[in-house]
Amino acid sequence: MTFLNELTKGFIKENPIFVIVLGMCPTLAVSTSVNNAIGMGFAATFVLICSNIIISMIKDITPDKIRIPIYIVVIAAFVSIVDMVMAAYTPALHKSLGIFIPLIVVNCIILGRAEAFANRNTVLSSLADGIGMGLGFTFSLIIVATIREILGSGTWLGFKVMPVTYDPMLVAILAPGAFITLGFLMGMMQMMKNKRSR
Amino acid sequence: MGYLGKLFFMAMTAVFINNYVLSRFLGLCPYLGVSKKLDSAFGMGMAVIFVMTMASAFTYLINTYLLVAYNLQYLQTIAFILTIAALVQFVEMVIQKNAPSLYKALGVYLPLITTNCAVLGVAILNTKATWNDGTAYTFIDAVLNGFLSGIGFTLVLLLMAGIRERLEYADLPVNMKGMPIGLILAGVMALAFYGFMGFKI
Repeated sequence: MTFLNELTKGFIKENPIFVIVLGMCPTLAVSTSVNNAIGMGFAATFVLICSNIIISMIKDITPDKIRIPIYIVVIAAFVSIVDMVMAAYTPALHKSLGIFIPLIVVNCIILGRAEAFANRNTVLSSLADGIGMGLGFTFSLIIVATIREILGSGTWLGFKVMPVTYDPMLVAILAPGAFITLGFLMGMMQMMKNKRSR
Repeated sequence: MGYLGKLFFMAMTAVFINNYVLSRFLGLCPYLGVSKKLDSAFGMGMAVIFVMTMASAFTYLINTYLLVAYNLQYLQTIAFILTIAALVQFVEMVIQKNAPSLYKALGVYLPLITTNCAVLGVAILNTKATWNDGTAYTFIDAVLNGFLSGIGFTLVLLLMAGIRERLEYADLPVNMKGMPIGLILAGVMALAFYGFMGFKI
């Protein structure tokens, strides 16, 4: 039961982007197309799962004072692995995500979960937390990217979905569109939350 | 174009055209988190300028004389983040000992900077950036780029904080209060900054 709880809370109740508001930089930067969003989401999920497992394994031998540098080294090691694997097997995706792959190291979600969850829970529940949070992150990225890609280039995952006469709203895939889309999505989340609590 | 002209070009790019926050999406967490009050935004901005300049210098040296020299580029991410974390810790200790008043002003923000992706972003981009003629950045260029990027970050942080302080008194729909309106504001600001892209230097 608890395992399932940890697994599902990342989607709605503790969604890392819309509710906890962590990891904004990659969310806004790579959500120009659904393809990028999926790539980024899975890269971050992999790092999150692995670092959560390792950090909860070593939580008893980690000195409290230097725990943050230790977490960062663990995370950076996995990020380097992802970086090299992606460069080797998916060079096009690696190129379009660019600097945001090494920047997964400073993605607040990963360090945040290490600090808030993995260093005081068992390996198994940290694994569930990593999977749940990672998929929640991917899921939210895909939502933002879907809106931006359909409005901005009239396609979804590369397929044409808008009629031929549709004139793409270029601003949606540029920087301002990212901020405004996420702003409205968060407003909607808040509206849903307020309705439920009333 | 002389060296001064190049520097002007770099300054315009870092502060306006390719602003780290609004067009490269780096450093958004502090941008959205610490922009509620003007004085805390100022403190954060100063701390970021300082750390970015120092981090650019150190990571440039480490990259050139350690990583590239011994063919260890694949360790770049780990080496840079460790350098930045150690640097922030060191700066914090030095300021605490020698300038208590400065420490009081910046203290809270310093640890946060380790996970500010703009700092790591500048360090990584400095190793990849080139001038128009294809030459790589020298040590001085890298340090200046770090400094100017910090200025660009501080500029938009202060602008944002100024607007958000006034927004406190605005009559907003309940659901849009806080983060949503902050993001939409950032979007409008980014739109305004797009106007600078037309500049040809």
